[in-house]
Amino acid sequence: MTTETESPQARTQKLEGLGTRRKRVEDIRFTQGKGNYIDDFKLPGMLFGDFVRSPHGHARVKSIDKKAALALPGVKAVLTAEDLKPLKLHWMPTLAGDVQAVLADEKVLFQGQEVAFVVAEDRYVAADAADLVEVEYEDLPALVDPDQSMAAAAPVLRDDLQGKTTGAHGPRKHHNHIFTWEVGDAAKTARAITDAQVVATERIVYQRVHPCPLETCGCVASMDKVNGHLTVWGTFQAPHAVRTVASLISGIPEHRIRIVSPDIGGGFGNKVGVYPGYICSIVASIVLGVPVKWVEDRMENLQATAFARDYHMSGEIAATQEGRIAALRVHVLADHGAFDACADPTKYPAGFFSICTGSYDIPVAHATVEGVYTNKAPGGVAYRCSFRVTEASYFIERMIDVLARKLGMDPAEVRRRNLIRKEQFPYQSALGWEYDSGDYLTALDKALNTAGYAALRDEQRGNRDAFTRGETRKLMGIGVSFFTEIVGAGPIKNCDILGLGMFDSCEIRVHPTGSVIARLGTISQGQGHATTFAQILASELGIPAENITVEEGDTDTAPYGLGTYGSRSTPVAGAATAMAGRKIRAKAQMIAAHLLEVHDDDLEWDVDRFRVKGVPELSKTMTELAFAAYNNVPPGMEPGLEAVSYYDPPNMTYPFGAYVCVVDVDVDSGVTEIRRFYALDDCGTRINPMIIEGQVHGGLTEALAIAMGQEMAYDEAGNLTNASLLDFFLPTAVETPSWETDFTTTPSPHHPIGAKGVGESSNVGGVSAFSNAVNDAFAHLGLTHTQMPHDHWRVWKTAQSLGLTAA
Amino acid sequence: MAKMHIKLTVNNRDIEVLAEPRLLLIHLLREELGITGPHIGCDTSHCGACTVDMNGKSVKACTVFAVQASGAEITTVEGLAGPDGSLHPLQEAFREHHGLQCGFCTPGMITRAYRLLHENPNPSEAEIRHGISGNLCRCTGYLTIVRAIRAAAEQMSGAREVAE
Repeated sequence: MTTETESPQARTQKLEGLGTRRKRVEDIRFTQGKGNYIDDFKLPGMLFGDFVRSPHGHARVKSIDKKAALALPGVKAVLTAEDLKPLKLHWMPTLAGDVQAVLADEKVLFQGQEVAFVVAEDRYVAADAADLVEVEYEDLPALVDPDQSMAAAAPVLRDDLQGKTTGAHGPRKHHNHIFTWEVGDAAKTARAITDAQVVATERIVYQRVHPCPLETCGCVASMDKVNGHLTVWGTFQAPHAVRTVASLISGIPEHRIRIVSPDIGGGFGNKVGVYPGYICSIVASIVLGVPVKWVEDRMENLQATAFARDYHMSGEIAATQEGRIAALRVHVLADHGAFDACADPTKYPAGFFSICTGSYDIPVAHATVEGVYTNKAPGGVAYRCSFRVTEASYFIERMIDVLARKLGMDPAEVRRRNLIRKEQFPYQSALGWEYDSGDYLTALDKALNTAGYAALRDEQRGNRDAFTRGETRKLMGIGVSFFTEIVGAGPIKNCDILGLGMFDSCEIRVHPTGSVIARLGTISQGQGHATTFAQILASELGIPAENITVEEGDTDTAPYGLGTYGSRSTPVAGAATAMAGRKIRAKAQMIAAHLLEVHDDDLEWDVDRFRVKGVPELSKTMTELAFAAYNNVPPGMEPGLEAVSYYDPPNMTYPFGAYVCVVDVDVDSGVTEIRRFYALDDCGTRINPMIIEGQVHGGLTEALAIAMGQEMAYDEAGNLTNASLLDFFLPTAVETPSWETDFTTTPSPHHPIGAKGVGESSNVGGVSAFSNAVNDAFAHLGLTHTQMPHDHWRVWKTAQSLGLTAA
Repeated sequence: MAKMHIKLTVNNRDIEVLAEPRLLLIHLLREELGITGPHIGCDTSHCGACTVDMNGKSVKACTVFAVQASGAEITTVEGLAGPDGSLHPLQEAFREHHGLQCGFCTPGMITRAYRLLHENPNPSEAEIRHGISGNLCRCTGYLTIVRAIRAAAEQMSGAREVAE
């Protein structure tokens, strides 16, 4: 019998479960330099791979001479498309139903494209040898502007698709056309726009950017020829899917492939894709019989592995004079680069862009997205957002401001008049989504009150008067955004990648002494899963989080899952964790009933134990029940205490938030100082507030980077002109402001613990808040929209175009 | 390429190696010596993931040749803990204040902060921000790093006062 010495509160506190600011277990190794990232791997006999890459945006490969490279001491192999052809591995399928050249097959289609793979004894020799491979090119005209992709005279980029009039997502109408995707009611939307009292239109470009995690992509492939086993360690955000893909394209049976994601130095979507470096390393290991490592450098990362965005959006928003929105229409031109390697669920070639009605009750809407090829790197990943959600959110949040200008109304007031009301949830959007829960007005009011919005507008009026009088050369801008995300992909009925349903999983083993190992189908890249998933289980099982080990990323041990991206870990794998925990608890309850000689209905759960109802002194703790599971179970019950859950979510989750950004723009230099940034997030049930705040800070900093400086700048010949951290903007501690965070809590009604996911919210909501603030600084001068990024030069040009500075 | 004979001290350990003149210090540490705390994030000395302490200065080990470190005293994140294994106050503070997420920038960031607190034992927030501006972090947004460094500074100055 258990003796009771502590209160329920004290016992709850000991668990470090839901809602606790638990310190991260990961940090113990990371702060001592004992993380284990891909480039830390060193295996006996390991060789290094390096790529010969295209210097051209578009060219025919006339010849490749590898003699000099092969003659260099220490060089073991030089692979080209010709070498991969007999294995049928010179092309590979992409996640979007297209194909991508593993090594250039007769043509190169973007600068940095992989042309040959050199394998040598060390990375210096590999780099030397890559320089010795002589490739002769015949330059072809590069197609860089997506607006020109479907011109009649546009160059043919994809020779391999000649004559193919149907792609993975329907008919193709031009040799550079990939797909057209349409959603909503075109006729009703057109009518509503024609009949509207006010219509605001704008072309809004969300520029091409790059997730640029601090660790680049890489892998170590090791083929054990004796046992026929392939092991690949690498920077994989979806290790199980990588195993399936590797099996399908290599022909090696799936049970003989082990994929391991070790510690990952940030992903942000960049590490979702399957890259030629992985395939080439695997082939080289098979050919040479020793492990082969490939790790890209930063320039390669920016040039060749997945970019994000590049959405060119033309929108119309119709409203009444009072600011009530009547309809929304948008057409998007999507630049997918040379191969369609977007990472989206199969049925959604434009991801969840149809969340573009945002947080507003918009009766009708219509969206079309047209994907086209250009001579740029493939990709189109969800960079710290769910699939195309930040594009959608940026679009609607800018359009609301554009509408507010046209109406002469305050942008916050236009939002207030159109926000979906609490009683409308679950809310059916015009473009087909069912929003699970929200209390938008409460969030907006809290944000505006806490940030002191009314006072800020008063101050701005004073600032503008002072500016007019010549007393200051700075203009104050206030940006408001109210975003709704759609994350947690997703229900198998409409979400799959390469036919793999987007469920996720958790397997739990409770050991006899009451400690636990839980394995999941996801993989942390800094989110702290080992800490937070243990907290979910601590609350479900009544076992202290410190006694729970969470393991992910090894396909030999973890249950199958679709990985970590699109804020899906907590909504899907977190749900699986809670459900598996409940199975454990249900079995423990039967064991407790057996031990206490009562019916299991006569027991009630109390933090970490079952008690007999009405006889509280009769109880069994989970620790006691764990041991009993191995020696004293009810007749007919299997011994042991294990459970697995594969969770197919019934719906997505819809985190939301209200942000306020205040900037001061120096019109003479274009320098924009972020004076304040207030972020209110509602991610449903909060598992670890410390980690939530960290996620919000990080997402905001990436939003700052995108809004204020990032752009992958290609010149007319297809040269990426800023492929290093000298030129590609990553904010330092100096440019980054101190973030103010806040929250409301509206649990998801369909998630077992009510959590919605938070890793990407602040990037989705942040970009528009920054951009709205910069645009707002000039709004009184007639500016409605200026394109991102709002770097000093562009802001200065804007000031100049408004006559504020000398030409 | 003819190799050169160099001697240096890394984390209080005397090292003697033959190194190609072009071998970068970061590769000597990571690949020859197995010291994989310092990381490689950019190759162009912008990100600071490879920051180590060399003769009392923060250097980016991806832009120093190993032969330039001949005779040098090098400290990496692996060398910050006390001889009894107790963590450095910065290591403790980074965990306490959630100053890291993916952990990739952390060894460089902590090693830089270690030197910063030698240079300026009581830095203001602005001085900390400038002091670590050669080290990029993609995850945290820096605020918690700044707090961690500030907390470590206070803890260390408290410890000094107690000692005095």
